[in-house]
Amino acid sequence: MTAFLLPRKKKTTAGDFGTIIEAGKADQFSLNSVTAFIRGKFYLCRLEDGGFLAVSRKCTHLGCTVPWSDKEKKFVCPCHSSAFDIKGEVISPPAPRALDVYHLYIENNILKVDTGKRTKRSSFNIDQVVYVKKAS
Amino acid sequence: MRREHNPSPKTTGFFHQILRSIFPDPLIPKSDQERRRYLFKNLILHFRPSTVPEKTLKFSLTWGLGGMAALLIILQFGTGLLLKFVYIPIPVSAYTSIQVLQNEVMFGQLIRNVHHWCANFLVLIVFLHMLRVFFTGAFHPPRQFSWIIGLGLFGLVLTANFTGYLLPYDQLAYWAVTISTGMLEYIPAIGNRLQEIIQGGNEIGPATLSIFFAIHTAVVPMGLIILMAFHFWRIRKSGGLVIPRSSEEEIEKKPVRVTTLPHLLLREVVVALVLIAVVMMVSVFFDVSLGDSANPGLSPNPTKAPWYFAGLQEILLHLHPLFSVFIIPLVLVVTLMGIPYLKYDTNTEGIWFASIKGRRMAMIAGLIAIVAAPMGILADEYLIGFAVGLSWIPNFFGNGLIPFAFIFCGCVGFYILIKHRYSATNNEAIQALFVFILVIFLILTVTGTWFRGPGMKLAWPWKL
Ligand code: HEM
Ligand code: FES
Repeated sequence: MTAFLLPRKKKTTAGDFGTIIEAGKADQFSLNSVTAFIRGKFYLCRLEDGGFLAVSRKCTHLGCTVPWSDKEKKFVCPCHSSAFDIKGEVISPPAPRALDVYHLYIENNILKVDTGKRTKRSSFNIDQVVYVKKAS
Repeated sequence: MRREHNPSPKTTGFFHQILRSIFPDPLIPKSDQERRRYLFKNLILHFRPSTVPEKTLKFSLTWGLGGMAALLIILQFGTGLLLKFVYIPIPVSAYTSIQVLQNEVMFGQLIRNVHHWCANFLVLIVFLHMLRVFFTGAFHPPRQFSWIIGLGLFGLVLTANFTGYLLPYDQLAYWAVTISTGMLEYIPAIGNRLQEIIQGGNEIGPATLSIFFAIHTAVVPMGLIILMAFHFWRIRKSGGLVIPRSSEEEIEKKPVRVTTLPHLLLREVVVALVLIAVVMMVSVFFDVSLGDSANPGLSPNPTKAPWYFAGLQEILLHLHPLFSVFIIPLVLVVTLMGIPYLKYDTNTEGIWFASIKGRRMAMIAGLIAIVAAPMGILADEYLIGFAVGLSWIPNFFGNGLIPFAFIFCGCVGFYILIKHRYSATNNEAIQALFVFILVIFLILTVTGTWFRGPGMKLAWPWKL
């Protein structure tokens, strides 16, 4: 009977074709910028130092969608005015933790985001950032 | 049962026989005995008692509130059934089906209005009914369990309202339900799982809508029918309602009873007609709006919970979520359920506000709360700023445990002080504490509904 009550199993699991979104080449994104990917429900953030983060758009307080304000250089939640910086770190509560991040990797010089793999984090940590190898 | 009411010889025409086969008894009873029997034999009326204590007919005992609640539920069943023929419980189609309902279906908007306004009145009326039961001491034995069943009914009414809120699938619906279900996440241990089950996944979507639709149109109505039957049965087993009296009068053991028909029924019909008139007036003049279609990418500013959750939402703005969505609601529900089972000094059933002194204490408690609650809200908003100013204390303590302990001690202190000051019975003191918390909650609800603007900042209602 519980089978009726529990959520259906996801047909697409992490890593499957379909949850992966190609974001583009690294040099398409300028430093200190945020690009919204509506279909993937995430923001691709390029930090000052050139590193990348795929940040969830879902506020960690109660789940509203946070828009990026390019003027103030922060995410401000319209629901209870939590604010997050470009790294997704909480600047002002009530949000209890940093915005979730999606698994981001580079393949053939293309940035790819796996929207099936979302990680909760309490705060920003340099390990979460993905860098392009300075080869050329 | 008896043959003597069978048709007299001159009325045995064919149609008359059919009519008699449906209604074996005369449609208009003439003597008291016939009236009593009539009740038994009528399908709809037979669950009513044949007689009721005369004094319980007094309008100022019940204010007709329980009856109104029952009537509103019947209206909800009727209008809901109609809506079900047009509504499609799939995202986007849901929204357009409401548009079709409003623009193409004859009286569609009106029926939607009636369903909407009745739902809102229902929350209000059931709440008032609960207050009248509390303040007339109608929860003392043998009515303890009626109170518990009543709370169950209240829970169902809230569930109905909340699940119904999502169904139009406009922006308001989508985001109000997003933040309300977002609260579940803070329940320790099971919160995440619970949220997933209720949403049918990670966010509000097709699965959520179909779950909410099932709860709204099957689970809740079934629960309501069962609990209402149980509620009415318990009332009869308690020998009818509490008999109103003054604090000097003893509880009557053998009250004078009168027949339900016409005495009680007539009064009920009057209340019902007035209520229907009011509902129709409101529904004709105030159309329920339908916002923009739900857009998961854009949260409107502000996004508010529905008004009956506004008090909870207001607490959420001030305290750590673990306290605001879990501990405080839990304490409130357990306290409400505990009310009939506390050990009281006296049985105050039938006495409004327990006594004259009780009434005065309740008034004082209310006044204190009216002053204290807004001051608390303003202080937290502009002066203390726990979360920001005291950021060296972990949020859990600064914004959670410390204020919670403060509020808790405040309530206990209030109880002890007022009991001592008036050398009151514990009935009176508990009532005063109840009023104190009640008024605070009402003020929080009013603040959350009318005084919160963009970004949930405090604002004047006329500037929203
Ligand atoms: C859907 C919700 C409800 C319906 C339809 C309903 C209906 C009724 C009706 C028709 C009565 C008869 C007297 C009157 O009109 O006051 C009654 C009495 C009563 N109700 Fe409710 N009720 C509901 C919810 C509640 C709630 C929330 C509580 C309390 C927590 C409650 C507790 C009681 C008690 C204890 C009585 C007996 C009162 C007495 O003996 O004087 N009910 N209810
Ligand atoms: S949901 Fe973002 S601050 Fe509440």
